[in-house]
Amino acid sequence: MLRRTVLAAALALTVTVTLTGCSLTAGESAQDGERRVVLATHDSFAMSEEVLDAFRDRSGITIDVRRLGDAGALTNQLVLTKDSPVADVAYGVDTTFASRALAENVFAAYRGPGADQGPQRYAIGDGERLTAVDVGDVCLNVDPAALAAKGVPVPTGLADLTRPEYANLLVVEDPATSSPGLSFLLGTIATLGEDGWQDYWRALTERGVLVVSGWEEAYTQEFSGSSGKGDRPIVVSYASSPAAEIGEDGKPRTTAVLDTCFQQVEYAGVLEGAANGEDAREVMDFLLSPEFQSQVPEQMYVYPARSDVELPAAWQQAAPQPEASATLDPAMIAEHRERWIDEWRALVQG
Amino acid sequence: MARARPGLSPWLGLAAALPLGFLAVFFVWPVVAILRLGVGEGGVLAVLGSGQTWRLVGFTVGQAAASTVLAVLAGLPVAYLLARTSLRGLWFVRVAVLVPFVLPTVVVGLAFRTLLPDGGVFAIVLANAFFNVAVVARTVANLWSHVDGRAGDAARSLGASPLRAFRSVTLPALAPALTSAAAVVFLFCATSFGVVLILGGSRYRTLETEIYLRTVELLDLPGAAALSLVQLAAVVAALTVGALARRRGESALALRGRATVARRPRGALSWTVVAVALGVVALLLVPVVVLVARSFGGGLAGYRALAGFGHAGSLQVSGVDAALNSLRAATDATVLAVLLGVTASVVLVSLSRGRVRRGVVETMDTALMLPLGVSAVTVGFGYLVTLDMLPGDLRTSPALVPLAQALVVTPLVIRMVLPVLRSIDQRLRQAAASLGASPAAVWREVDVPMAGRSLLTAAGFGFVVALGEFGATSFLARPDTATLPVAIARLISRPGELNNQMAYAACTLLIVVTVAAVALVESAGRTRVGEF
Repeated sequence: MLRRTVLAAALALTVTVTLTGCSLTAGESAQDGERRVVLATHDSFAMSEEVLDAFRDRSGITIDVRRLGDAGALTNQLVLTKDSPVADVAYGVDTTFASRALAENVFAAYRGPGADQGPQRYAIGDGERLTAVDVGDVCLNVDPAALAAKGVPVPTGLADLTRPEYANLLVVEDPATSSPGLSFLLGTIATLGEDGWQDYWRALTERGVLVVSGWEEAYTQEFSGSSGKGDRPIVVSYASSPAAEIGEDGKPRTTAVLDTCFQQVEYAGVLEGAANGEDAREVMDFLLSPEFQSQVPEQMYVYPARSDVELPAAWQQAAPQPEASATLDPAMIAEHRERWIDEWRALVQG
Repeated sequence: MARARPGLSPWLGLAAALPLGFLAVFFVWPVVAILRLGVGEGGVLAVLGSGQTWRLVGFTVGQAAASTVLAVLAGLPVAYLLARTSLRGLWFVRVAVLVPFVLPTVVVGLAFRTLLPDGGVFAIVLANAFFNVAVVARTVANLWSHVDGRAGDAARSLGASPLRAFRSVTLPALAPALTSAAAVVFLFCATSFGVVLILGGSRYRTLETEIYLRTVELLDLPGAAALSLVQLAAVVAALTVGALARRRGESALALRGRATVARRPRGALSWTVVAVALGVVALLLVPVVVLVARSFGGGLAGYRALAGFGHAGSLQVSGVDAALNSLRAATDATVLAVLLGVTASVVLVSLSRGRVRRGVVETMDTALMLPLGVSAVTVGFGYLVTLDMLPGDLRTSPALVPLAQALVVTPLVIRMVLPVLRSIDQRLRQAAASLGASPAAVWREVDVPMAGRSLLTAAGFGFVVALGEFGATSFLARPDTATLPVAIARLISRPGELNNQMAYAACTLLIVVTVAAVALVESAGRTRVGEF
């Protein structure tokens, strides 16, 4: 008897749990007539609720955000699903992957009015399909206090790091598994040329560069300037990272070395075959609107593509935008990326 | 003249259709579709022929085998402690071994890097075993707590040494659970991703990390397909070896209630085993303690932050809401997985009782295990090219999260319930039938009470696995439905001290939620179904 009661109780519990909304599937569902635009983006996407809500109230469009991994994962999923897209607008395809997306005809032509307020400085391809939304720079970040304790000056450029006093101070990410790692490798190729970068990495290896697979290990664990309090005072991170490391005295504890930066532009576009092209274009305009653009630094740690939007005050001091970042032609990146990574692996890992 | 096969009914076909149908739609179809895309582009043979591929295979199988051996060696004493002793406070051990399972690999990887700065193969093997001791301990204890100890006692009184008695009496009895557990652990270790990436630095690569890179970053589908085929072959080989081992060891056991087999340890050997088990548990807790200690790095700042959204709105849900999302998704996944897993187990055991050819049963069994051994990105990218053909385009639906989690949890439920069902003495069932019980009544009166406790254990374990599931969830969860592991990974991937402290505080919250959930299931098991 007891057993039967138990079974019945278990069954009842299961049914209740499923029906009473203690369950994801029992949650919200789209109401009829709602205008909804699916925005495919990368893991780093962030935007304040107020800005998104204000857009919804103004336009009647709800933006449904889907994070699909890093920039590479995002682009490749867009390519794979181009005949049956999972979204209407995509945002986060970067310099490294843009050529592939364009070659595969993932994006439909659309160039909104905001594009001419600065984003076209970063135009790619025919400039009609992808519009730059933000610019991120991958640079060496240093912990000046830790360097001073070792009696080593803050490096001023890439070349310094091959000097003996910088031995065992640098941690970088593997370009095969990490997007800042790849940007840094591309930066060395852009700065030192197709002929010079291998020698540079050979020298770094001799100086005991530490290679880890992701930004998390490099920055939050090995780097001495973050909360992880690691052993290495020089790390590959972003130009914006110091803005998040403000000490109790209100001053940044770390700085970015602005002459070591590589520029990564992140683009957005309306997907070919989007279910609702008109609303999708309105969302594109929103991404380039001053409201959205002015939030980009503090939400996503990148710089706005519009030239008429001011950086937050704290940023102007801690994380000014690099003015002379290295760049590479996206088509060249697309063509050589795999080979460069293979050569890098052979060089650094033996 | 057709002879009625005992236990085979038309309902069985219908029941088999449920788990097999689920497997076909949410696993076989997507995987085959993405492999076909890769193979279609050509170039698969070149990858198969390269020496680098076979070095990857060697390292993958080697590290998985070493991790499995270590997990079994560490798990067996803990299983003994849980199943055969009546010491106080065992509930703590039962819960403690499960904690590693829910912790996101990124934080465990970071904790291991702190503990073993030199990393390398040793750290990878250790971390893989850390995650999987629970599988061995819980699966084996599950069966061991029902094994009649009198045969062992008889062997001892006939002069066998304790070790000899263990080897020739106890070990064979445990073989079904042991091989089950070892197979699952091997699959988990062979496909472990985050651990290898973080601890292997860029030096050590496995089939899984390489499939991920080629699929997600390079969209090199032919290369990924070639490696996936190799992975699939290795997994089927491992499962076949496991099935053969099981075939030798499988026997009906006189299963007993737990209350009659657990006793105070006697003699130096028992106490030694208990001491080793407690040592294992203590070691398991070291990384956990490191994480909890880090969560207090900024005083209580991380915990206060849990009510909010992280530094400058890093999250779109608060830590507390993420915990609730975790519980919801895991509940859905567990309900589904238990339904599928129990149905599959009943079908499998009925087929073997019904004298269906062994090969058929084992093939079905192996097929149901495959989702554990195939790369999550292969399945995930497979979804992208197939599920849009189903009504409602599941590809971007939040309902896909529990579905994908259930794919991983179902094989675990089967591996915990099936050994117990298989070991039920047929004579008990025949006696019930000859006393006039209908087949349904035999199930209700014999099998359900016997397997009831293992079902609860399996549900608790499945819940924990779903709570900690990261790969599929991070892919599919929307920002407002982020689960705790997803939120933790996001916090740790952004700069800022507060984010870091909050990430570790969220780990502690995840541990607390896990312990509470497991304790709830455990207490239900103890007071109700456990005693028979």
